[in-house]
Amino acid sequence: MPRPIRVLVAKPGLDGHDRGAKVVAAALRDAGMEVIYTGLHQTPEMIATAAVQEDVDVVGLSILSGAHMTLFPRVRELLHVAGRDDILLTGGGIIPQSDMEALQRTGVGRLFGPGTSTGDLVRYIREWFAERQPQDA
Amino acid sequence: MTSAALLAEFRARRPAALARAISIVENRRPGFEAILAALYPSTGRARRIGVTGPPGAGKSTLTAQLTSAWRAAGHTVGIVAVDPTSPYTGGALLGDRIRMEAVALDDGVYIRSLATRGAGGGMSAAAADAADVLDAFGFDRVIIETVGVGQSELDVAQATDSCLLVLVPESGDAIQALKAGLMEVADLFVVNKADRPGADQIRRDIEFTLRLRAAPAAAVPRAPAPWTPPVLATAAVTGTGIADVLGALDAHYAYLFETGSLAERRRARLQARVVDIVDRRMRERMWEDAAATTWLAGQLDALAARETTPFAVADALLARPGGLGRRTP
Ligand SMILES: Nc1nc2c(ncn2[C@@H]2O[C@H](COP(=O)(O)OP(=O)(O)OP(=O)(O)O)[C@@H](O)[C@H]2O)c(=O)[nH]1
Ligand SMILES: [Mg+2]
Repeated sequence: MPRPIRVLVAKPGLDGHDRGAKVVAAALRDAGMEVIYTGLHQTPEMIATAAVQEDVDVVGLSILSGAHMTLFPRVRELLHVAGRDDILLTGGGIIPQSDMEALQRTGVGRLFGPGTSTGDLVRYIREWFAERQPQDA
Repeated sequence: MTSAALLAEFRARRPAALARAISIVENRRPGFEAILAALYPSTGRARRIGVTGPPGAGKSTLTAQLTSAWRAAGHTVGIVAVDPTSPYTGGALLGDRIRMEAVALDDGVYIRSLATRGAGGGMSAAAADAADVLDAFGFDRVIIETVGVGQSELDVAQATDSCLLVLVPESGDAIQALKAGLMEVADLFVVNKADRPGADQIRRDIEFTLRLRAAPAAAVPRAPAPWTPPVLATAAVTGTGIADVLGALDAHYAYLFETGSLAERRRARLQARVVDIVDRRMRERMWEDAAATTWLAGQLDALAARETTPFAVADALLARPGGLGRRTP
């Protein structure tokens, strides 16, 4: 039996509501994934530490604060230091197209703008997981 | 990564290797038994504490408080937090880390969330294995948090040295469960959210029920004297009462140690462990040979026609060459 995909959903930054992140977490759970939800105000260090300890396949960040150009690269860097370059780093928020492209060039996965259906994210994660070199899967 | 490379990284105390070892064991990936076997000699040092109780009782908040206190005393802590898998989708929302933020960045703390997966409402079968892996990594304390839904309370008591049952002032029905013997497993009762009204009442109810149960035993003195579970009140959000819980856990551990019950509990756990492995091996050995399934399919007509019985078919299956042999009556 295939194991469930494990995803960390985190809400970094100072902005104070996590409705979007909770909707995403619930959608991924309903799609059969194991979702570790860590709550509001997560620092990149907390996110990377949790991702490593939980041995997730995917980290999804919800960023509305505008700090995406620092937060995504910082989490990518910390995952690299921990030896977890294989983790897919994805997410969404209010992120201009040009920033999305710039981030993707630094090893961040696809990013989703506001109003994207959670179904798109589910499909993206599933396809990524299916294509990935089998590690322990 | 090969098992040998993983074990080397594990012994070099790389958190990613610890995390991966738990995954391999949880997923029953090839080589998981070799990993557990290699780690076995390093297990048996951690004190294992179970934290169980109804949803939302404050188990994670309490776990974080105990962890902070143990860290302040210089002990390292590994945590396994088990939440239910949805039987419909196979997915799970694992949210225990939210309440453990205060210890999340501490190098001496490792938190791992596990879903129950196929465990039929009970604790994840992998949780006890994960506790072994954390023990082998060298954590001084290993906490297993599970949501108490009947079976999981028994499972967590089996897997730990001290089992703490967390209730809240609203847990009136818990007293019924106590009477039904469901909570015989608790070594310690904690009435959390004692900042709310009703905490004293439920404490008294639990104590009364415990005394009723203890009375006949007290009439017949035996050595060692039985452990009477203390009933404590906490407000885990503020830390009120945590020192009492720590004291009671130490007292319980001392009791277990001095009476020899600790060794007894741990030996019972090892016995159950071997029985589990034998059960699994026998099942695998029985059915890995496709001919067994084919032969069974060939018996279905006779079974349906009531010409033979399921018992006779099972015995014949076990007695086949390559079967497991029949117990002589
Ligand atoms: N008033 C009050 N609230 C508390 C106390 N302890 C925990 N809570 C709150 O109760 C809620 C649930 O706490 P958790 O620690 O997540 O409870 P849990 O038992 O781990 O929950 P599950 O793992 O979901 O079953 C949170 O909102 C906590 O802040 C307490 O002592 N008093
Ligand atoms: Mg919890």
